[in-house]
Amino acid sequence: MASDLPRAGGGPPRPGSDLDRRAFVGACLAAAAPVLLTAAQGSTTSAQAPADTAAAGTPPRYDRRNHNYGMGVDVDKCIGCGRCAAACKEENNVPRDPHHFRTWVERYAIRADGECAVDSPNGGIDGFPAPVGEENVLRAFFVPKLCNHCANAPCVQVCPVGATFTTEDGVVLVDEDYCIGCRYCIQACPYGARFLHPETHTAQKCTFCYHRVVQGMVPACVEVCPTGARIFGEVQRPASPLTRFRRFNALQVLKPHLNTEPKVFYANLDGQVR
Amino acid sequence: MAGRFPPWRVFATVPQQVRRLAIVVVVLVAALIAARALLVPPTFGDRGHYRAASVDSIEKLPIRYAGHDACAMCHPQEVQTKAASFHRGVACEVCHGPAVQHTTNPVEVKPPAPRDRTFCPRCHAFNPARPTGFPQIDPVQHNPMRPCFTCHNPHDPTPPHPPESCAACHGEIARTKAVSPHFQLACTECHQADPRHVQSPRQWLPTKPASREFCGRCHATTADSPREIPRVELTTHGERYVCWQCHYPHHPEAR
Repeated sequence: MASDLPRAGGGPPRPGSDLDRRAFVGACLAAAAPVLLTAAQGSTTSAQAPADTAAAGTPPRYDRRNHNYGMGVDVDKCIGCGRCAAACKEENNVPRDPHHFRTWVERYAIRADGECAVDSPNGGIDGFPAPVGEENVLRAFFVPKLCNHCANAPCVQVCPVGATFTTEDGVVLVDEDYCIGCRYCIQACPYGARFLHPETHTAQKCTFCYHRVVQGMVPACVEVCPTGARIFGEVQRPASPLTRFRRFNALQVLKPHLNTEPKVFYANLDGQVR
Repeated sequence: MAGRFPPWRVFATVPQQVRRLAIVVVVLVAALIAARALLVPPTFGDRGHYRAASVDSIEKLPIRYAGHDACAMCHPQEVQTKAASFHRGVACEVCHGPAVQHTTNPVEVKPPAPRDRTFCPRCHAFNPARPTGFPQIDPVQHNPMRPCFTCHNPHDPTPPHPPESCAACHGEIARTKAVSPHFQLACTECHQADPRHVQSPRQWLPTKPASREFCGRCHATTADSPREIPRVELTTHGERYVCWQCHYPHHPEAR
C-alpha cells in the first residue's frame, strides 16, 4: 500500500498513483470542515456579546473610550480627618476591621535627626493621636494613599487568569467572580493598595468608585473630602478639575522609578514619602 | 486524475502511520477547541484580556453617597447658608453620612446629625501635622463640656463672638510661649493685629517685628531693661540677619 503513495519529498505523483496535491488539500479541508465551522461559530457568538450587554446594561451615552480617569492629591490641604477612608468603607462595603483599606491616610513625622516615622492607626478613620516624642518632630504632614491606577500596572501583568485588568477608561478593576485568590497581585503592587477580602478570598482594591464614575459622580472619597485635597477628573481632557490641578501645581507620583506610570498625582509631596 | 479518485477515499491511500498521526492531531485540536469553549468564560477577551461582563456588574454596584447636588434639591436654605460660610467646601454627607436611602425615602430614613463633642474635633482638634492656618482647637481647653453647636452653627461655623484672645486660634503658639522665657510677654507686644483679623484671618494679617532694633529694645547691651535679660552686641552679633531668623521668638533658645 505504501508503494502506491507519492514520495515524501513531494514532486510529481508516481505513475499509477491517483492522488494529486489538489485532491489532498481538498480532502484535508473536507476532514477539517466540522472543526473550522465550530470555531467560526464560537467567534461570532462572542462578537455579538458586547452589543447585547451594552443594550441591556450601560446607558448608551457613557462611552468608556472617551474617558481616562486620574486623581490629584494636594498634600498641603490634607488635614488627616480620615473621612475619605471612612466614606470608602461605607460606599464599597469594605471590611470594617483596621487591616483592610481601599484608601487610607498616612501620617509622616520627620524628626530633627532625619528619621521618618510613618503611622496610620485604623487608616486615619479614628484620627491621629499626637506622635510620641512630638518635641523632636521637625515637620509632620498627612498623605492620603490609594490605588494609583497605573497606566503600566504590575498587578495586571502578573494576574495569571486575567481577573484584574485596566478598563478602556483607565481604571484598574478586579473581576471578583473570576479571581482565584492567589495573591500574586497583592505581592506585585508596589503601593500596598490591594488586600485579600477575608470572606470572599478574592483580591480587592480601589475602583475609583467605578459605579459612581460611570453615572457622572465623583468617587466617595472625593465627595466627602472637606478641604478639597482630592481632585478627580480626566487625565487628557482640557476641561477637567484634574487638568486645572495639574496645570497649577508641581506634581510628583509615588515611586516613579518603577515606571508604573501612576495616574494619582501628588502636589506638595515631601521627598520622604514612599 | 482527481476525478477518478474521490476525496473521501484519500485516507485509504496514505500510509497507516500518517493516518494514525492525523487522527491524533484532529482529536487534540478538537479537544483544545472544546476545552477553550468550556473553560474560557463568555465575554472574555471582548475588550481586552478580561471578562467584559465583570465591568458591567461592577457598574451596577449600589451607590450609597448621593452627592451634594442631590441634597441641594430639597434643602436649598442649608446649602445656601453653607455656600457663604467657611464650610462651603464641606459636602453635606461629610457630617450627615451616606444619604442615598434618605433621597429615595425622605420621610422614613433620616440622616444623623452628629451632636457630641467628639465629631468636630475629627477635623478641628489641634494636631501638629495639620496644615498651618487650618482652624484648630484643643478640645480639652476649648469651652469644655459644651457641644460645639451651642456657639457654632455647623452650616456657618464662624462663632457669634469672634475669639477674644489670640490663644483661641493660635493655641500651639500660646502653649509654647507659656513655657518659654517670653511667657510674660503679651502677643500684642510684638504683633499688631487689625481688629478685622479675627473675622478674616488671612485677609488681615498681623504684623511681625521687621528690624533687629525691635528685639534690641530689651536685648541690646545698651537697652534699658531688667539685668537678667540676656544681652547681645547688636553691631557684631549676626548683623546680617533679623533676630527671628535664628531665634524662635515664641520659645527662644529652645534646644
